[in-house]
Amino acid sequence: MTRDVVADDRIPPERVALVDLLDRLLAGGVVLTGDLVLSIADVDLVRVSLRAIITSIEAA
Amino acid sequence: MTGDAGTYVYAVARSAVECPDGVGSVRTVAGAGLVAYVSTVPLAEFGEEPLRRSLEDLDWLSVTARAHHRVVETVAAATPTAPVRLVTVYADDQQVRDLLERRRDDFLDVLSHVTGRREWGVKVYAGHSSEPSATARGGGDARKPEGGDAHKPGNGDARKPGTAYLERRRAGLRGREQVRRQLLARADHMHAALSALSVASCRHRAQDPHLSGRTEMMVLNGAYLVDEGRDEEFAAAAGGLGGDGVEVRLTGPWAPYSFTVMEAR
Repeated sequence: MTRDVVADDRIPPERVALVDLLDRLLAGGVVLTGDLVLSIADVDLVRVSLRAIITSIEAA
Repeated sequence: MTGDAGTYVYAVARSAVECPDGVGSVRTVAGAGLVAYVSTVPLAEFGEEPLRRSLEDLDWLSVTARAHHRVVETVAAATPTAPVRLVTVYADDQQVRDLLERRRDDFLDVLSHVTGRREWGVKVYAGHSSEPSATARGGGDARKPEGGDAHKPGNGDARKPGTAYLERRRAGLRGREQVRRQLLARADHMHAALSALSVASCRHRAQDPHLSGRTEMMVLNGAYLVDEGRDEEFAAAAGGLGGDGVEVRLTGPWAPYSFTVMEAR
């Protein structure tokens, strides 16, 4: 088994670690609602964004 | 604070520790025996409309996610921490203090749940079953031709091309679907085995190959909250699940991002 230490810079593309991070930052963490200016707790918004990102990578 | 700045919240903990910069310089807002880690941010960047655009921008998202993570990591390394979802912005510090007062019990529940525990990620990839699993690390560029490798031209020049090809292709598709089902069942077992060593567990959605840079099928993207004393046991168990065309990747320890669910209110 390969064991990655988080933020291990041996993981080549920045993106690989980023995707693990996004799993947690966009789906995890305490979700707060109420007096917010904004929260991206709105998962739909995030999915839309990731679709756009994926599309832009494909196009690149 | 005026209407053109907001208070960005990274995390909530019981005590204040020194922090590196996040999306801005980091300070703490205290209330109800809790501490929120925050930065003042311009609404020109962190208001709703700018964010809708920014979230489409992978570079912006990457920088912001890493900045958020840097702060959460630092706090979590020092004290039990409840990370807050990326891009949570309040109008001002007073609203954050109100939040700490109002949700005090919920935060304390979350903090006691994660105390002495760390999150580990386990990703399981299945290579193409009939091929030796790729040993080359990194890059993930699609060097491997999709299927068909087993039938290199050479001895088959004389065969009838059309029908034989279609038959083979149909059998191949049936076989692949069967393999896929077996792999998913195996992933369920792996998740159950790892969950048994954890205080809590959950499964994230499989990562998009375009974002992960991996062409293999991701059959498990699990997160596990593990007692600190069982880290090694957990890692060994995860490692023991690999082999036989299946690759296991352990990531962590993470701040307990995946285990800080509070009822929305």
